[in-house]
Amino acid sequence: MSKIIIVGAGAIGNAAAYYLAKTGVQVTVLEKSPYIGNGGSSRNGGGVRQSGRHPAELPLVMYGVKNIWPSLSDELGMDIEYYREGNLRLGKTEQHLEILRGLVKNAQAGGLDMRMVDSAEARELCPYLSGEVIGASWCPTDGHANPLLVTLAYYSAARRLGVTFVSGAQVTALRKLRGRVTAVVTADGTVYEADGVIVAAGYDSRKLLGSVGLDVPMNPVVLETLVTEESPPLFYQMLGTAMADFYGHQSTHGSFVFGGTHGLEPYADGSRTVGSSISASSTCRGIIGFFPVLKELKILRTWAGVIDDCADHIPVIGNPAETPGLTVGCGFSGHGFGLSPVAGLLLSQLALGQETALPLDKFRCDRFKAKV
Amino acid sequence: MTERKLLSDLVPQPDDDMVVCRCEEITKGEIRRAVHDGMFNIHEARRFLRCGMGLCQGQTCGRLVKAIIARELGISQSELDDATGRAPMRPTEMRIIASEVFGE
Ligand SMILES: Cc1cc2nc3c(=O)[nH]c(=O)nc-3n(C[C@H](O)[C@H](O)[C@H](O)COP(=O)(O)OP(=O)(O)OC[C@H]3O[C@@H](n4cnc5c(N)ncnc54)[C@H](O)[C@@H]3O)c2cc1C
Repeated sequence: MSKIIIVGAGAIGNAAAYYLAKTGVQVTVLEKSPYIGNGGSSRNGGGVRQSGRHPAELPLVMYGVKNIWPSLSDELGMDIEYYREGNLRLGKTEQHLEILRGLVKNAQAGGLDMRMVDSAEARELCPYLSGEVIGASWCPTDGHANPLLVTLAYYSAARRLGVTFVSGAQVTALRKLRGRVTAVVTADGTVYEADGVIVAAGYDSRKLLGSVGLDVPMNPVVLETLVTEESPPLFYQMLGTAMADFYGHQSTHGSFVFGGTHGLEPYADGSRTVGSSISASSTCRGIIGFFPVLKELKILRTWAGVIDDCADHIPVIGNPAETPGLTVGCGFSGHGFGLSPVAGLLLSQLALGQETALPLDKFRCDRFKAKV
Repeated sequence: MTERKLLSDLVPQPDDDMVVCRCEEITKGEIRRAVHDGMFNIHEARRFLRCGMGLCQGQTCGRLVKAIIARELGISQSELDDATGRAPMRPTEMRIIASEVFGE
């Protein structure tokens, strides 16, 4: 029986642990934080979105939406609040529609069912839109889920299957023995040995990979999200805009969860998970501009999270050739929640040296080259 | 470092039906169940159950939830962190947060 160590108890590490444990492998997950799932996985907007994806990522997320997400609640034994009610991306100007048409063209080229709808059809799908909306893109199989529950449900199910989780265990380096990565060292000097190691530690993966001579070019970027008080059910699509000024959805609980970008994210200090003073205001202006009906709804809570933004904005998922024994899953660049079930499955297959459910050539660790 | 060991069987208690988080109507029994499901601190319990995530943001039930978790784990309450407070300090309309106009 083989033994695998996973570094990082986010949605992706926990999903990998669950799929490995199901095959009977012995798994230990080491998590730096005292809390499981305290990284981006419990701080994101919950989008399970195929539209607007990089063409390389599209087959992965489409696989997840077809094969994993619909039965995930049953699989994990709790309702993870998945909705497949579609995604409307809204436009108010001809320039917005031009952006949306580009997204539709990419999606269709990748075999995704997505099209443009006019303002009347958009309003039929979601009657609460501002009169200023002149059109939208529509992907009927997009959706959302509750990221807190997905992350913790994978954890809880994996723990029930016998996976050992240790929180407050910061891995400081990977160790090679006879050319294979077969151990990790934690901050207190403990050495954990195994037959293989999966690194799924978000941005911090960069430093860990550096300890065995690998580099994934990533930056930490702070993104922000907010949640409203409970409201009677209005609509269950995922919403977004051409300019990405906000996105969000209504949850099972009745609250709305919205994220947004204000445009100055790249200039904030990514080493601290601290929100900015302009973000919530900017997101609220974005929301009210498209959904005036929500303007009296109260905001209960705002928070920030860090993403691992990769140089080409798609993740690294693979077994680097130079480091047998090591499997890498990082650089999810702010859209890894929708990918988390399939990414966990693929990482489990990689760690066991099995053929993967999907080809992963585009996600290789050695794809980053100098420009000349 | 905390290993998330499986706990011994969950034994029902007579007051498991008691509502602890009144905003989200979460009972003592649900919190105890969540500890057995692996939620070993108030942060994980909140995310898993929504206790302390409602209108009062846990100002009423925070201490009680911590006490229930500590007892279930057989540790002292002082070993558990408090929940994280987040802006805004009280529920505030989107319209007001959106406004950056002064003096109106
Ligand atoms: C505000 C925000 C909104 C987002 N919205 C969406 C969305 O709508 N849809 C979507 O698909 N994605 C979204 N994302 C992105 C998504 O959250 C991430 O891509 C996803 O959670 C990545 O999962 P992960 O497990 O790799 O990362 P994380 O959850 O960050 O997990 C990494 C874990 O590794 C641990 N770790 C780090 N270093 C070490 C170490 N040295 N030793 C041990 N453990 C370590 C960390 O503590 C952390 O728990 C959003 C992200 C943010 C921040």
